[in-house]
Amino acid sequence: MPKELWKGNEAIAEAAVRAGLEAYFGYPITPQTEVLEYLSRRMPELGRAFVQAESELGAVNMVYGAACTGVRVMSSSSSPGVSLMMEGLSYIAGTEVPAVLINVMRGGPGLGNIAPAQSDYNQAVHGGGHGDYPRIVLAPASVQEAIDLTVLSFDLAEKYRMICMLILDGAIGQMMEPAEMPEMKPVNRKDFGWATNGTMGKRDRRLLTSIYLNPLDEEQTNLRLLTRWKQVQTHEVRYKEYFIDDAEIVIVGFGTAGRVALSAVRTAREQGIKVGLLRPITVSPFPIERLDQLTGQARAFLVTEMNTGQMLDDVQLAVHGRVPVEFYGRPGGVVPFPDEILNEIKRIASAPATAHTDARDAWLTRMTAQA
Amino acid sequence: MTTPANNLVYERPEAFTDMPTHYCPGCTHGVAHRLVAEVLEEMNIMDKAIGVAPVGCAVFAYNYFDIDFVEAPHGRAPAMATGVKRVLPDRVVFTYQGDGDLASIGMGEIVHAAARGENLTVIFINNANFGMTGGQMAPTTLPGMKTSSSQSGRDVETQGYPIKVSEMLSTLEGVGYCVRRSLHDPKNIRLAKKAIRTAFETQVRGLGFSMVELLSTCPTNWGMTPVNSLKFVEEHMIPAYPLGDYKISEAIKQIKI
Repeated sequence: MPKELWKGNEAIAEAAVRAGLEAYFGYPITPQTEVLEYLSRRMPELGRAFVQAESELGAVNMVYGAACTGVRVMSSSSSPGVSLMMEGLSYIAGTEVPAVLINVMRGGPGLGNIAPAQSDYNQAVHGGGHGDYPRIVLAPASVQEAIDLTVLSFDLAEKYRMICMLILDGAIGQMMEPAEMPEMKPVNRKDFGWATNGTMGKRDRRLLTSIYLNPLDEEQTNLRLLTRWKQVQTHEVRYKEYFIDDAEIVIVGFGTAGRVALSAVRTAREQGIKVGLLRPITVSPFPIERLDQLTGQARAFLVTEMNTGQMLDDVQLAVHGRVPVEFYGRPGGVVPFPDEILNEIKRIASAPATAHTDARDAWLTRMTAQA
Repeated sequence: MTTPANNLVYERPEAFTDMPTHYCPGCTHGVAHRLVAEVLEEMNIMDKAIGVAPVGCAVFAYNYFDIDFVEAPHGRAPAMATGVKRVLPDRVVFTYQGDGDLASIGMGEIVHAAARGENLTVIFINNANFGMTGGQMAPTTLPGMKTSSSQSGRDVETQGYPIKVSEMLSTLEGVGYCVRRSLHDPKNIRLAKKAIRTAFETQVRGLGFSMVELLSTCPTNWGMTPVNSLKFVEEHMIPAYPLGDYKISEAIKQIKI
């Protein structure tokens, strides 16, 4: 397909349609609303299901219902709306049905603002709904990547009977870039052997539930989910590396923060600083092994995020105090400029912190001193 | 000579599994379940039926029906049913919800499913309290009625007034069929079954949202014998929640059962 100019949110919507999306349920919230608007027109024209729900609670439970029938289903929202969906996500996870959710993140907590942020990393990767459950989380850094990962998310969700989330900040949702759409895939409704789509007189009844009243059964469910997660960790870790081969300083950043960092890395390279970038694409499963390898090579890590250091904790766990980890973040809906990250690279190149420095404390001290 | 089979007047509906009941003695959930099962069987729609269970005493409703079932989060059954029905419009999708589930936490979902005219059937059990958690006040609890969370009796000054769900939903354009029946005696049980049948007929004809509210007993949490519970429905519930047809669209009035 030729490249066309696509807005991030609309590109995700169209990519989902081409991946065989059969039902979309959503609720308006900035900066995600274009997904809903686009699909409100696109889905009916293809004879597929679209409902503007009464709330994100309604939307996620419509997703849950449709997911139980085995069709490709999705919702999208932004931070406060995704918080409302956490109940449904926990049930979807506990019932082991596949579903795709897009979170076009904005500044928080609370009502926050509608500016681009990465403040829901922990909610997506580590927490959110109640109970023990893993989920796949993908973090695109461009409109093209948002398209590609949307398509991938349906395959992963089905393969592992698991929630697959895309987390992108409002910038990627709102900006336009040239991108190539995949070919339109025909809707391929599979009978998964677990789907509750009516016996139609051909099989025994099926039940989909997340209730296991006997704790021993629930324990087995928890272990089954974890065992499946081990497969995901083994097979699905994805990341991109830039200038990493001889890098002495390794920046770790996802989504827009990673993309801004790449500009800083290029400038620093022109100035002779041996710096590279690791950009996780799957923030869950996290590229722990790759970070472990890079610990043998890097003199220091710099984690850049549009939050107060949420992925930082995961990087520190992987690095395990063997080399210094530093942090630079712009929370609250502020997008860092490449120059800011370049300054951090230069600072680390000339006077690296020790492994004993608390990265977040040191960053907070620098941030508050500036103010 | 007649064989016992020829004299068979009552048996377990085919739509039921062999599961022994977990409901308390005297509870009318079992009656409501049976009526739904009989209707599914009589209409020959078991193969196409997908049930959505609530959170509450009927959380295990799926154990009793020999059809596909899903289990919704508390109050969200109408949203989940919407998701199922929108992708499988030729299936028969119903929710079975209590008053805590439907009229308290799930009020948003039920109102909007009704307003959208979702082609679903809702069986709504009104027993004036939260049964499963041990008899707390529900939106449907009668004024002055003692529950474990309104121990001096529901004080409308601080705890508000009962919600009349059928009356409220009947104002919505999307609703095709909305009636209230009671399960306190055989005559009313027969009327309830006819209403459940009409509700499912509404759905298979694509005539919009259908709901049957069933006044029900909760002897355990009401602290009454089963017989006194039935009397309580007749003497106290029905005056507060009058039985009747709150909305029957013209097309549905033509249905002959």
